[in-house]
Amino acid sequence: MPKKTVYKATIEHIQILDEDGKLDASLAKNTLTDEEVAFLFEQMVIWRHLDEVAFKLQRSGRMGTYPQNKGQEAAALGSGFAAKKGTDFLVPCYRENAALFLHGLAPHMILLHWMGDERGNQIPDNVNCTPISIPIGTQMLHATGIAWAYKIRKEPRCVVTYFGDGATSEGDFHEAMNFASTLEVPCVFFCQNNQWAISVPREVQMASETVAQKALAYGMPGVQVDGNDMFAVFKATRDALDRARKGGGPTFIEAVTYRLADHTTADDAKRYRDVKEVEAWTKKDPIIRHRKFLESKGLWSDKKHAEVEAKAKKIVDEIIKTAEGIEKPSPADIFNFTFAEIPEQLRIQRDTMRTNSLGQDPSQTGLKPEHAHTR
Amino acid sequence: MPELNLVQAINQALAQEMERDERVVVLGEDVGLNGGVFRVTEGLQAKFGRERVVDTPLAESGIIGTSIGLAMAGMRPVPEIQFEGFLGPAYDQLVNHAARFRTRTRGAITIPMTVRVPVGGGIHAPELHSDSPEAIYSHSPGLKVLMPSTPYDAKGMLLAAIRDPDPCIFFEPKRVYRSFKEEVPEGDYEVPIGQAKVVSEGDDITVVTWGATVFQCLAAMDELPDDVSVELIDLRTIYPMDTDTITESVRKTGRCVVVHEAPRTAGMGAEIATVIQEACFLHLEAPVQRVTGFDTVMPYYKLELEYLPESPRIVQAVRECLAY
Repeated sequence: MPKKTVYKATIEHIQILDEDGKLDASLAKNTLTDEEVAFLFEQMVIWRHLDEVAFKLQRSGRMGTYPQNKGQEAAALGSGFAAKKGTDFLVPCYRENAALFLHGLAPHMILLHWMGDERGNQIPDNVNCTPISIPIGTQMLHATGIAWAYKIRKEPRCVVTYFGDGATSEGDFHEAMNFASTLEVPCVFFCQNNQWAISVPREVQMASETVAQKALAYGMPGVQVDGNDMFAVFKATRDALDRARKGGGPTFIEAVTYRLADHTTADDAKRYRDVKEVEAWTKKDPIIRHRKFLESKGLWSDKKHAEVEAKAKKIVDEIIKTAEGIEKPSPADIFNFTFAEIPEQLRIQRDTMRTNSLGQDPSQTGLKPEHAHTR
Repeated sequence: MPELNLVQAINQALAQEMERDERVVVLGEDVGLNGGVFRVTEGLQAKFGRERVVDTPLAESGIIGTSIGLAMAGMRPVPEIQFEGFLGPAYDQLVNHAARFRTRTRGAITIPMTVRVPVGGGIHAPELHSDSPEAIYSHSPGLKVLMPSTPYDAKGMLLAAIRDPDPCIFFEPKRVYRSFKEEVPEGDYEVPIGQAKVVSEGDDITVVTWGATVFQCLAAMDELPDDVSVELIDLRTIYPMDTDTITESVRKTGRCVVVHEAPRTAGMGAEIATVIQEACFLHLEAPVQRVTGFDTVMPYYKLELEYLPESPRIVQAVRECLAY
């Protein structure tokens, strides 16, 4: 029996808007209208400003550790815009804030999360997303499960789940991909390949040439797009969602982008990353190319930009005021959400937490109540 | 003698052991060029190369599973899990493999591996960066569980752990990573696994704790009246536990308070209280007290100090126990 090829595949890379703001008109057909680009670009400017202010809040001690989204806004906005608000569901990591905002999440909630307050995760019923997920590469299984439920109930809904290049090293990622493709669930796996998992570059993280090709092993279509190009991101995500909605199963999208900031405010990327590389990617910043595109269409100007920046400042000021105006939660909240109904032993811990050492049974203590200490 | 903080002491121990024993390899997320997110492995890759200080893919199960293989093949892996909250994916490898190989092969295969893990709360960190899971692993037969609280102990215990023939989890209380320095000998020394330390001698009451809460207990002692004589024990090794040091102390004082960050139910305090009643029942003047975290999820940082056993709660427990 002669040798024969039993499998062959290629991975496509899609770019529609290049870093100089030049559009491939034929590929851009049936993607974003000029007005939509203008709207999304305004969002980009606003949420970039929020991101920069969040960084400053951490530096001035007003917020805990924060992972900046800077540079990845096109990936978040293009994909988030492709998903149907109020119908589809987003399962994020923590570097796609703008997508969540498009789907109606109140921006102050993201700040509240990083201010060390669980209420930042208390997603209202009318917003279709899960909260930020901290343990890397775990949430894609939840996305698969949610999509599975839609399939079981024959609802025309899809899930988009976000994660980074590093997350594809976790076992849970592979389990999610395999479940999703074997069960043919309506889920889009959106990988923001921002080139770095804290200090580990993509080529150290994996030996494969692309992240997208990992999809092929699961019998799932995999595509690579320029993640700083909203047209390409939108097109790939919309096509994947259309396919999923028709029962065609999951798709994997690798959005090639770049983490322009440190991993988090607790990180210092200068320790491990070449400044020249950052400079090169700064030129590919999605803000630059989308502005150039809109200017070429006569839809943007310095004056318009100044107006939007002023608007951004006002919006962000308000968001911060809201987040910081929320009073510290009640200590009882530590207990009240552990179960639907609080077990008796936990109720006692809650009700005595300020007066009891959580030690001796009160009937066994030698101290009289007047000695009871209060905090 | 040079003064080092906890981070520097661990770094020195790793460097010296890598120098002494070429089988030792350090692996984990960001441990190489970046020197670890807490800089514990800083400079090691520059000194020992990429073959021995390895930035692994982002996969905790992978890190521990391959460390088991390295250990089986005669290496001495010292994997790092970046935060205790990320031990989850590695649980299967730790508990179902590392801990059991010696037993299930009747000693034919052993896993000399030391898993370094920053642990505990109090640093305003995000979710899953502040937990205290030491009881979980102490309840998993076949693992040794260590948690030094001082630079001197950290160096000596880490050297002992790496040289130990069995898998050790070396918890590093991140709240005290840089909180103080103390004299640490430059030379080689071991602090034996399974030996508690009497931090301060006393006659009236025994306080048993470990990790960062040692310092909360010391703060509490400052708030107590001068005539209260507290014997403070830093357990240092959670498993195997130095029950002799505890029971000898309680036979002397007749009273004991156990303090830990982890939740109360099935926490190590429960085990220690039981050991005491088994061994010192007739010496007890009061029931053993526990000052612990609550039986809840570790809260985000706005409320973390409400959760952690800070000195007022410890003072209260000591006074209650003394007044019994």
